[in-house]
Amino acid sequence: MSLAEPSALPRSRRPWTHILVFLAPAALIYTLFSIYPLLDTIRYALYSQDEAGVAHFVGLQNFIDLLTHPVWADQFRNALVNNLIFFAIHVTVQNIIGIALAAMLSLPQLFGRNVYRTLIFLPTMLSVVIIGFIWQLILSPLWGVSEGFLRSIGLPELFAPWLGQESSALITVSLISVWQFVGIPMMLIYAALLNIPEDLVDAATVDGANHLHIFFYVKLPLILPTIGLVAILTFVANFNAFDLIYAVKGALAGPNFSTDIMGTFFYRTFFGYQLQVGNPTMGAAVATMMFVIILIGVMLYLFGVQRRMQRYAL
Amino acid sequence: MSVPGSHAGALIARPRLGRIAVHFALLFYTLVAIGPILLILINAFKSRRGIFNEPLALPTAKTFSLIGFDKVLAKSDFGLYFVNSMTVTIGSVVLVLITGAMAAWALSEYKFRGNGLLGLYMAIGVMVPIRLGSVSILQLMVNLNLVNTLTALVLVYTAQGLPLAIILLAEFMQQIPRDLRDAARCDGINEYKIFWSVILPLVRPAIATVAVFTIVPIWNDLWFPLILAPGNGKQTITLGVQQFIGQYVVDWNAVIASLSLAIAPILVLYILFSRQLVRGLTAGAVK
Repeated sequence: MSLAEPSALPRSRRPWTHILVFLAPAALIYTLFSIYPLLDTIRYALYSQDEAGVAHFVGLQNFIDLLTHPVWADQFRNALVNNLIFFAIHVTVQNIIGIALAAMLSLPQLFGRNVYRTLIFLPTMLSVVIIGFIWQLILSPLWGVSEGFLRSIGLPELFAPWLGQESSALITVSLISVWQFVGIPMMLIYAALLNIPEDLVDAATVDGANHLHIFFYVKLPLILPTIGLVAILTFVANFNAFDLIYAVKGALAGPNFSTDIMGTFFYRTFFGYQLQVGNPTMGAAVATMMFVIILIGVMLYLFGVQRRMQRYAL
Repeated sequence: MSVPGSHAGALIARPRLGRIAVHFALLFYTLVAIGPILLILINAFKSRRGIFNEPLALPTAKTFSLIGFDKVLAKSDFGLYFVNSMTVTIGSVVLVLITGAMAAWALSEYKFRGNGLLGLYMAIGVMVPIRLGSVSILQLMVNLNLVNTLTALVLVYTAQGLPLAIILLAEFMQQIPRDLRDAARCDGINEYKIFWSVILPLVRPAIATVAVFTIVPIWNDLWFPLILAPGNGKQTITLGVQQFIGQYVVDWNAVIASLSLAIAPILVLYILFSRQLVRGLTAGAVK
């Protein structure tokens, strides 16, 4: 995503003042409210506050606590594992549905294509908080909509309070989030499919390949870079997700922390909740860990996945 | 139905059957996608009895009721939250577009030392979520005396929106033919005027796309309102709904009505701008 070569400088004079005037406002706001806080948070993670609120430099102690101290380590590991499950469900379900929808939408001369596309993308536009509440109502045994639905298709015994059970809460919130955001992979993969040159498909048809063959052996390899892009976008979004869990399950991410992910863990550590007292320095340490995790993901993508995939790219 | 023995008939009929299956699948998923939202919208106009007895039915003369909306408007400052959200979103989007377009222009038009590096620096924010700096952002806002103000949100959202805006706008600006600005320069028009009256009008389509991409995450965000402006009548609509529902969780009419009120503005925006949004998403994937 780098910016392409800037065009040549106008002959007359070096327009340093123009460049400064054009760049300064964006650079200032961005540096002061985005980059500086990020770096300062990492610095702050190396401090600890005493009761008087004075910060002392403690080196890596916060991180050691986070990884080994019983008060922190269990919560941290739980949030990390849950977040990985959250991501795994996203990547698999979202991509499968997204590819299927995109493949259907990209059929030539499909009637009503724009209507389908627009409507299926709609949930992605809405606030995660609103979506969370909507599904909470729909899945609620009090209202009985989902129970009634299952009864009408003859499977009443399938119903359970999915959001309330420790065994199913995390899967349920993951699927709610997948339901909301499946529009993004659908759109990106759809665009990638439309960009496949027709000659390739024609050549395969001449060689006697049928629709399924063409899809799996010609098209799918060509859209792998897009699937990689979707995966990394999802990874970053998942490892800083918060709103959905907070809306549906609160900051305690119940039942029994079974839906706790890094974002909610960060919020509780930073701000405190009910009995737990807020701890900004420890919060900064959790944020730094999230930063490191996201960085590892992005690096893996840039140097592993994307490089290998470019071989397929046109 | 294909005619047995007729080869041509079979050839035509098979793809048609396939097409029907495709439409069936797409219709099914479309229902899955918008069903839950429709369900909330139709129940917002029903009495409590209607919500519970026939949740899937459209409001009828017997079940129609606006009591949910009455309650929401009476018990919460919905109007105020709406104005807050509008102020924050418009303020941020205007700042992102103006400063972003200026920076994108500088980065794409002028060759200077450090241009590439600066471009990369501005792009960090696309991959690294600004939320991770929240501990420090809160402290900064405390020091600047901006806690519980909309200004704090505008500043943070502007910083959040800038990276993507700059990348998209710079890409678009590079496609503007060189002759246009060279001609303007030959006429002795200064650089600011070229930017303002030649370049900006030309990038209008891209600006619409960037605006949609900037507006939606800001309008929908819960995190920063929760951390930077949770009280004092400075709540945005997303936070306002969250707090309201937390308080009136047992009042189904009010809850469903408040959700519908929160959905409505984005629905309108989406109907108006879905073309720009789709174009932005699909063009981005081409690269």
